[in-house]
This record gives sequence, structure tokens and C-alpha cells, in this order.
Amino acid sequence: MSDIILKTENLTKRYGGVHALEGANFELRKGEHVAIMGDNGAGKSTFVRQITGVEQRTDGKVWFDGKEVNFAGPIEAREAGIETVFQNLALADDLDVPSNLFLGREKVLFNLGPFSILDRKYMRKATEAALVRTAVKIPNLSSTIRHMSGGQRQCVAIARTATFASKLIIMDEPTAALGVQETAQVENIIRTLKANGEPLILISHNMRQVFDLVDRIVVFRRGKIVANLRKQDTDGNDIVAYITGSKTGEAELAAA
Amino acid sequence: MNAADGGKDVAQTSHGIGGLTYDAKKRTWPAEFNVFLALVILVGAFELIGRVFLGDSFLFNTRDNVDAIFNQQRLEIIILQVSIVGIIAIGVTQVIITGGIDLSSGSVVGATAMIAMSFAQVATVNGNPNPKAMFVGWTDLPVIVPVLVAIGCGLLAGLVNGALIAYTRIPPFIATLGMMVTARGIAKWWSKGQPISFPTESFAGIGKGLMPVVIFISLAILFQLILTYTKYGKHCYAIGSNEDAARMSGIKIANHKILVYVIASILASLAAVVLCSKNLTAQSGMGVMYELDAIAMAVIGGVSLSGGRGSIIGTVIGSLIFGVIISGFTFLRLDAYYQEMVKGVIIVGAVVLDQWRQRRRAIGA
Repeated sequence: MSDIILKTENLTKRYGGVHALEGANFELRKGEHVAIMGDNGAGKSTFVRQITGVEQRTDGKVWFDGKEVNFAGPIEAREAGIETVFQNLALADDLDVPSNLFLGREKVLFNLGPFSILDRKYMRKATEAALVRTAVKIPNLSSTIRHMSGGQRQCVAIARTATFASKLIIMDEPTAALGVQETAQVENIIRTLKANGEPLILISHNMRQVFDLVDRIVVFRRGKIVANLRKQDTDGNDIVAYITGSKTGEAELAAA
Repeated sequence: MNAADGGKDVAQTSHGIGGLTYDAKKRTWPAEFNVFLALVILVGAFELIGRVFLGDSFLFNTRDNVDAIFNQQRLEIIILQVSIVGIIAIGVTQVIITGGIDLSSGSVVGATAMIAMSFAQVATVNGNPNPKAMFVGWTDLPVIVPVLVAIGCGLLAGLVNGALIAYTRIPPFIATLGMMVTARGIAKWWSKGQPISFPTESFAGIGKGLMPVVIFISLAILFQLILTYTKYGKHCYAIGSNEDAARMSGIKIANHKILVYVIASILASLAAVVLCSKNLTAQSGMGVMYELDAIAMAVIGGVSLSGGRGSIIGTVIGSLIFGVIISGFTFLRLDAYYQEMVKGVIIVGAVVLDQWRQRRRAIGA
């Protein structure tokens, strides 16, 4: 159990009569990169929302970093070390890169309540370090997010997760809205995270990307986990079969 | 660069982080610079028109018996006449940066002037008991009393504004419109419409001479520093820029909004103190339309009405543009009616320019 960073048991979420997520058992080891795949409405995002405290689960248990956890909200989850890169980027357009990285958890020189003096030098240095660590390329730290391309914005959002010694990073379709080059840049960042041994859950529809980047693929279908496969034990056709339901996966899961 | 590098070769170069070439041309100069340019052009225009048509200088000293380069008196008037509304505009700027609007400041000035002045009256006028005394037993109080009373008024108005906006989630326009009407009502009700006069000498000292300018500029510097260097300032821009992102980042939006409106109302009440001290009297009609002038100063100064952008420096320059227009029209001996018309055109022009600049930026030109 010691090298398991995240574990869910019988994780269930119902919206009224709709079973969005049914009895999901999931494990993530330290340093491991796992992809979550599945059709729209298969329960991928619902699963992530339960882990990160955005929504409250109907049933089941979650362990994070060796402790059972019940996050009341995304901020609590973040404080515990789960950083999420949201589909709709949570960035303030009119602020520069360091301000966005430290938004809501600014480093202060003197604590004067709301009028605390910011430690701008420290935040700038930490930002530079985080960008180097994630290999994010930003031409000018002082320019506002408004002036950046979609890829650069996504990179800033990802770099934010790396600034704060996070224990788990979750990315919800980080390249969905990006061009080819920008996608490559984000994928490079993910490889850098892998090299640094930071665990990651990646939600993606992109088969090539998933096989390129992760160690293990978990497939959701109709609110249930139908496959949990190591990359080398499967291929694209196999995954598609699970996603579309032409293969049920019950036999494999029982065996595993 | 590939996975094997692991980012180790990525470092800060002279071109920026990560080695991308830093495009100096893409660097946009601060919006305040454009506003300052507008101010310079405006002053230049008045100077030129004055020289050509009146044979007089707008800016420079033309009297032989005075040893000065500039027309000291005109410069003083330019800034003095906008100082009081300028103090309000400092608060309004912060509200607008946060994505809100405050229509109540003019009425808060009226109500605060009436209430604060009641605690600043002298006991006797020319040897007789003060005929205008509101509270007969409460005269000749130290100057700190009316000032604290004023701050209390501002605090209360700001708390109501802020709490309404933060907790009932009604638009700031409506919440502060309500306060605008209510506070004006309080101003009239307080002395049943009678002016309140005869302040103590120390109270009258607050607005004497160039004191309003000193207070305006000191507060402007203070709040510019706060906006730039504190958490409060950063959160103002964050909330105005993307409220959802700010919420997701753990910023307590409700608390912040209440604080912003409290600061704005306290600044309005300080403006009221300066105003009634300067005029030596308080009247229920004081401050009418000040809120709009303050908003106009901010907007002319480059504060974006959609939130997230602007600065106190910009607003101060915006207020100077206001002052130059008023003084310039007087200098050209034009009717005050024209001032209002031109002011209106400039306000709309400033917003059109701002929108145009934003669009141009959005398409990356």
C-alpha cells in the first residue's frame, strides 16, 4: 500500500436516478501515468470530480497518499496535493504568469491580512524554476495571459501544477483545443513529469497520445470501469472494442 | 527537445524562459502612457489655440511681475478642482477593476457631509450661540470626531453595498443604485434640507488651500502601491479578469468584494470631509453626479469597464484631463455648457478607444 498514491473503492455517483459512476475500483502507484478513456458520458469526468472534491460522492471510499480522504471542495483537494488542470482553463487573463501560478496562494513578505505585501521576487524565481522543471516555453514571464496562444495558456496551467510540490496531477483533455505543435509541447511536458516521477491521471480521447505517454489505460463505459490494461498488453483496436462495448472486459477484470 | 532531455537543457536565456525568441515588438507599452499622451496633446491644443486666437499662454507665465516659468495659478486650479472627485475616483477605480461599478459615491458624499459636519460645528458664532447647531451639547469637538464619524458612514455604506453584491448576487449596478437613492434621502432627511454650517477652525483646515490636492495625491500613491504590491491588489485584478478562475483558486470572492466596496465608500466619505471643510458648509445636494465624474475619470484613465485592467495612475491622469478641459474652456472664455458636451464626447471616445485596442490585441496585431 505504501507506493500507492491514490486508491478508490466502490466509488459511486448518482444524479437522481442516473448512475453516472458505479463501483469504480482504481489504483495509482507513485510515478505511474494512467490514461482514462471512454466515450462521452462514460463517467470519466464524473470520476475525476469525485476525487477532486468538486462533487460529493454517493458511495465508496477514497484513499490518497496513505490516508482515507473526504475532500469538501477542490481547494481542500489541492491543499492535500492533488492538482487538476481543468478543461476550461482556470487562468486570469489580465495577470502575468507568476501571478497566475500563485493565484490564491501568494507568497507574502509581511502578513498584513488582505494587505499582505507580496514576495514578487520569490514568486518570479519559483515560476522560472517550475517552467524549467516542466520544460514549458514562455517567451515573456511579465506578459499577461491574454497575449498568449492556447498552447502557452495550457502550458501555464500545467506549470501551475508543478510549482507546488504536488503529489498527483490530473489533466482533463489537456490538448483538446490545441494545434499540432502546441499538442506536442504539452506532451513534452507530460514526458518531463514522467521523468521526474510525478504521478498523473490523463483523460484523453487521443489514442496515439495515450499509447505514447502512459503506462496503463483504464476504460470507462456507462459509468463502470470495463478495462484496466498495461500498455504493452493491449493495442488500439482492443481499447476501441472496450470503449464501444463490443468487448465487455468482465473476464479480464475478474482475472486481474 | 525530447523526453530524454527531461527539461535539463531548458534554462532562462537572454531571450526568455525556455529559449523561445523574445519578440520585443510584441511588448505593449502601458495603457497609462497613451492616456498621458492624450493629456499632453490636450494641453498642447489649448496652448496653441490660446497663442493663436487670444495671444495668451495656457500653460506658461505671461505676467512680467511674477518670476515663474509656468502659470502657477492655473496649474493649481487644474488639479485642485478635480481633487475631491479624484479621491472618489481612487475607490471607483478599484471597484471597476474588480468588475463592479459604484453609483452610490456621490450620494455617500452628500450624506456623509451632512452627518460629519454636524459633529464639526462651533459653539458660538460672533459671541452668539451657533444658530445652525445640530447637536447643541456637541459643539467644539476635536477634529478627529467628525472625521471618524465620516469614516463610520463610509464603512456602513460600503458594508451594505458589498454585502448586497456578494451575498444576494444582485448586479452591482442595482445594489449601488439603491444606495445612491437611499443615501441622498438620508442627506436630505438629516437636517430636513437645511444646510449645516460654521465648522471649527481645525475642521476647516482639512480642505484649506491646496490641502485637497495633498490628500488626493497621497491617497492615490497609497492605493497605487496597495494595488501593485499586495495580495488585495492582485486579487482585484484576478476577480475582474476571471471570477470563476479566482474562485477555483481559493480566493474568497465575497470577502474581497465587501472590502472593495467598503474602501470605495470610505474614500467617498473622506472626499465629503474635504469638500464640506473646503466649502465651510454641508448641503444635502452635495456630490450630485460625482459618481459619474469619478467613473468617467477612471474610464478616461484606461480602466476597463469589463474589469481586470487599469490603475490609479491612469485614473489620476484621467482626472487631470478633466481638470485641463475645465480650465481650458474657462481660459478660452467658452461657456460652461460646452464643457459638459465635450466631456461627454471624451468619455465615449475613451471607451471606444479601449474597445478598439482590446480587439486589436485579441487578433494579435
